[in-house]
Amino acid sequence: MIEVQNIHKSFGDNHVLRGIDAKFEAGKISLIIGGSGSGKSTLLKCMVGLHSPEQGKVLYQDQDFTRMNFEDRIPIRKEIGMLFQNSALFDSMTVEQNIIFSLEMFTDMSRAEKIERANFCLERVNLAGRNKLYPAELSGGMKKRVGIARAISMSPKYLFVDEPNSGLDPETAILIDELIAELTEEYQCTTVVVTHDMNSVMGIGDYILFLYKGQKWWEGSNKEIAHSDVEELNNFVFASPFMKVAKERF
Amino acid sequence: MFFTYFGQYLLLLKSVFRRPEKWRIYWKEIIHEMNEIGVGSLGLIAIISTFVGAVMTMQIAFQLVSDLIPNSVIGQINRDSSILELSPTITALVLAGKVGSSISSQIGSMRVTEQIDALEIMGINAPGYLILPKILAGITMIPVLVIISIFLALTGGLVGGALSGAVTPADYISGITDGFIGYTVAVALVKAFVFGFVITSVSAFKGFYVRGGALEVGQASTRGVVISCIAILVMDYIVTALML
Repeated sequence: MIEVQNIHKSFGDNHVLRGIDAKFEAGKISLIIGGSGSGKSTLLKCMVGLHSPEQGKVLYQDQDFTRMNFEDRIPIRKEIGMLFQNSALFDSMTVEQNIIFSLEMFTDMSRAEKIERANFCLERVNLAGRNKLYPAELSGGMKKRVGIARAISMSPKYLFVDEPNSGLDPETAILIDELIAELTEEYQCTTVVVTHDMNSVMGIGDYILFLYKGQKWWEGSNKEIAHSDVEELNNFVFASPFMKVAKERF
Repeated sequence: MFFTYFGQYLLLLKSVFRRPEKWRIYWKEIIHEMNEIGVGSLGLIAIISTFVGAVMTMQIAFQLVSDLIPNSVIGQINRDSSILELSPTITALVLAGKVGSSISSQIGSMRVTEQIDALEIMGINAPGYLILPKILAGITMIPVLVIISIFLALTGGLVGGALSGAVTPADYISGITDGFIGYTVAVALVKAFVFGFVITSVSAFKGFYVRGGALEVGQASTRGVVISCIAILVMDYIVTALML
């Protein structure tokens, strides 16, 4: 489980996060949603240690991640898998090298074992046999899937996903959502997804945290969101005329 | 402003020299970078050094037209200029452009495409993994390139002098061998070592902290080259003042 307590983060005069509290449970998919500039990605980056909050704590199984130094964070970081918005694959490495990179750095597995693990991860994301391709040779959806394969190579306890569906067609986006749901179930990991995609919200959101102007404005499940009377949330989730009609019929 | 950047640079160096996660992986990277910096720059350095040596010989001959000065002095002056100043400094300035811009843009691109964030989240010391191999390759390969440059500058001087008729090969060889002081080569190697460190670390620093997109990566690369060139000239003065 991951818990964030009273997180504040500013960039100069811009106070982006204003005291966020939330709990993200193991085996469930937690979504962070909100408009552009609401602080979603900043919260995610504070959680994984890419940003240091000015105030507040990020607790991984009750261990205060924010107060740890670089060396103390390493054991927790080995349990983190992350899929970036633009996949962030190492472009000088092949798909296989991307996947086994963490294994090479942190394990004493033999070459054959590492290749076997890479093949397993690639099969898991339906990309078997693409080991020797470079990121530049992959489509956007394939890059996302390789990013997921890399994220699960170390069997993560915590899976962070930043905008998994951005730039993907609706069909591929649903496949990626399904994959995230399957992996969360399989590894019983704490999955935190930052998304704008309403299909994801309605489809896989066990817990949804809605941020508005840097504050926690609403939290609940995808079942509860349809019946919410919070105006800002409704304006965000049911923004299009089609979604408004859908909400009324729900 | 200067002290802020300098402090940030020192903090980055502190991270760079943290103990590597696995030396075997770093060693592979070091070999790769040595090939990129050393072998990859050999052709350019060879051409520049040979022509600089040839031109130097002709210009020294042009300025020393006197019956009182033996022609072998042309070789002597060319030797000392090449060893002490021209080969280390010109090699370093050329490499600041070629290698430095490549390092800044490579690391800068990794920063803006979140590849460095990915390394950090994996628990890998990104400055160490990305920059340490480049610095180690720089401080080993640039002295090698400088030695090659010295040899080619002197050879270029021999050929240039003979072809232009400025100095006979016998006089030239007599000049470059008479009164040779081995210490000058030590000074050249110290300079090359310092320049190697400056080029790789400054360029990596500019790339590592880039913010924005492709435009900012290009700007960081240019700034990296400019700062490296200025730092090379300042360090050249300091090393010369300390060692000679």
